[in-house]
Amino acid sequence: MNTNRFLAVAVLALAVSACGGRSNTLPATETVDDVPPGTAAEAGRSGAGASAGRAGSAIPDDRLDQETRALLDDQVIYFEFDSSEVQPRFTDVLGAHARNLATNPRLEVRLEGHADERGSREYNIGLGERRAQAVRRILLIQGASAGQITTVSYGEERPAQRGSTESAYARNRRVEIVYQD
Amino acid sequence: MKRALILIALLACAGVARAELTIEITQGAGQAVPVAVVPFGWESPGEAPLDVAAVIGADLARSGRFEPLERRDMLARPTRGVEIDFDDWRMVGTDLIVVGRLVREAEDDYTIEFQLFDILRSEQLVGYRMPASKRGLRLAAHRAADMIYEEITGIPGVFSTRIAYITAEGDEPDRRVYRLIVSDADGANQYTIVESAQPLMSPAWSPDGRRIAYVSFEGNRSAVWVQTLRTGNRQRLSREEGINGAPVWSPDGRRIALTLSGADGNPDIWVMAVATGQKRRLTTNPAIDTEAAWAPDGESIYFTSDRSGGPQIYRVDVEGGAASRVTFEGRYNARPRISPDGSKLAVVHDDRGNYRIAVYDLENDLFQVLSDGRLDESPDFAPNGATLIYATRQGDRGVLATVSVDGTVKQRLASSGGDVREPVWSPFRRDF
Repeated sequence: MNTNRFLAVAVLALAVSACGGRSNTLPATETVDDVPPGTAAEAGRSGAGASAGRAGSAIPDDRLDQETRALLDDQVIYFEFDSSEVQPRFTDVLGAHARNLATNPRLEVRLEGHADERGSREYNIGLGERRAQAVRRILLIQGASAGQITTVSYGEERPAQRGSTESAYARNRRVEIVYQD
Repeated sequence: MKRALILIALLACAGVARAELTIEITQGAGQAVPVAVVPFGWESPGEAPLDVAAVIGADLARSGRFEPLERRDMLARPTRGVEIDFDDWRMVGTDLIVVGRLVREAEDDYTIEFQLFDILRSEQLVGYRMPASKRGLRLAAHRAADMIYEEITGIPGVFSTRIAYITAEGDEPDRRVYRLIVSDADGANQYTIVESAQPLMSPAWSPDGRRIAYVSFEGNRSAVWVQTLRTGNRQRLSREEGINGAPVWSPDGRRIALTLSGADGNPDIWVMAVATGQKRRLTTNPAIDTEAAWAPDGESIYFTSDRSGGPQIYRVDVEGGAASRVTFEGRYNARPRISPDGSKLAVVHDDRGNYRIAVYDLENDLFQVLSDGRLDESPDFAPNGATLIYATRQGDRGVLATVSVDGTVKQRLASSGGDVREPVWSPFRRDF
């Protein structure tokens, strides 16, 4: 238990330092158009289990420039309500991941699609899959190969943030790009 | 509307499942029948292994259609019909009286005897003897309540049936524990069927009540499993790329309809033979087609599809062909379940921004919203078709609730810990 907590704190600290000024403690607010956080909060919660190492494993090549490295650190794509359209603000991030996959053919990613808690669970599994597929298509178009990408949809089953606020919903409608070991 | 508030703390099987379910009647029927369930006689040495009358009384109270007399208001404690003084009980204002005895025949061999009398007519309505083992006593008491309920209402009782549901405990997203739990319909006798650090979803009873199909995300991908309750043996039915979800059984128990999305990510309804795994695609629409519900006659499948934009319910012949749209009320109707007689369709419905349980009367084209929560989901019919169980919220927590199909009787099954959701009601029990 202590070890896990220490690990979580360590990962958190790492994430904060990697992301410069971004705060990772973002309290839940009621603001509807609150822009969901980037990597910091996401990395902070992945302290153990299957997702351990999510924060640091995306950079196999230390010759990458600073900017690419920052883009690759961004591993969560957020979506609007009831939408699987990838917003233009994620173009650069997905471009960096696609290039990373294209230049490193042995890398593999799992795209984990998620939905907010509203509506029925299995339909939300469908929505999460649709989002994961939207991200997959963009990665494929930009040079990743099909064998490098698997998708899984967790629907509303693994919320990044609990609670029934608009800001929690905004954080939960997402696709996580998980690099495989 | 009369508001009966009864709290019954139920004994959970200690150490088996931590979260207890507590039943709270939030809305009773307008005219509950007053009934006296007199404590059962017990003549063997030591304490009786079960308070049979308490179980029967709690069942009847929980239905919302009966109002059991408090024990302190009972004038006498008859245990046989011949001991009842009907004039006395008439004065108390009780319409019905249940008397009985629990008898130990041998070490693990008991008999429950009970009689139901109409007090106004001084007439026996039901009299029955049931053998039971010590472990089977609670079930036998539920059976007695089923018979009493059916005698008075004309509807088979479901007190002896079971429910299955999913729980999730732990606030840290990566440290949650998911369980598939089976309990008696009153929340007692909980036991864990599956426990996992990855999500579990969509339990579905086989028509004979012996197996449960469910979705598990172990290994970071979805798979549909079929597990035999008695043995714990489990069979992996499907673990394709993409979605493996929403399993439901055919009425004959030989096939399972499920959702598969394949590598191209297009969720469609498939039908799979349980014994061989041989499968056939039923829908091909590029939209999300999911949440199959098999009609009781076995010939058609209802499902959710957003081919028209938002999710609505469609129906397709099991042998294939074009799907026809069934629901048109509002912008969101999903997760259909069909009543045992095939006449009603329960769905999750967007009611002015609130997700609620609604029922369509397919024969009369009527539509009624039955629940009043904000995030209600996963409705399922009791095997007698009279009640729906569903998932709702109490504060920040997922809890289970039931509502009679006419909307009059409502109750909540509050849990002591974690989220409780995705309840499914077992078929009638045949293992007696």
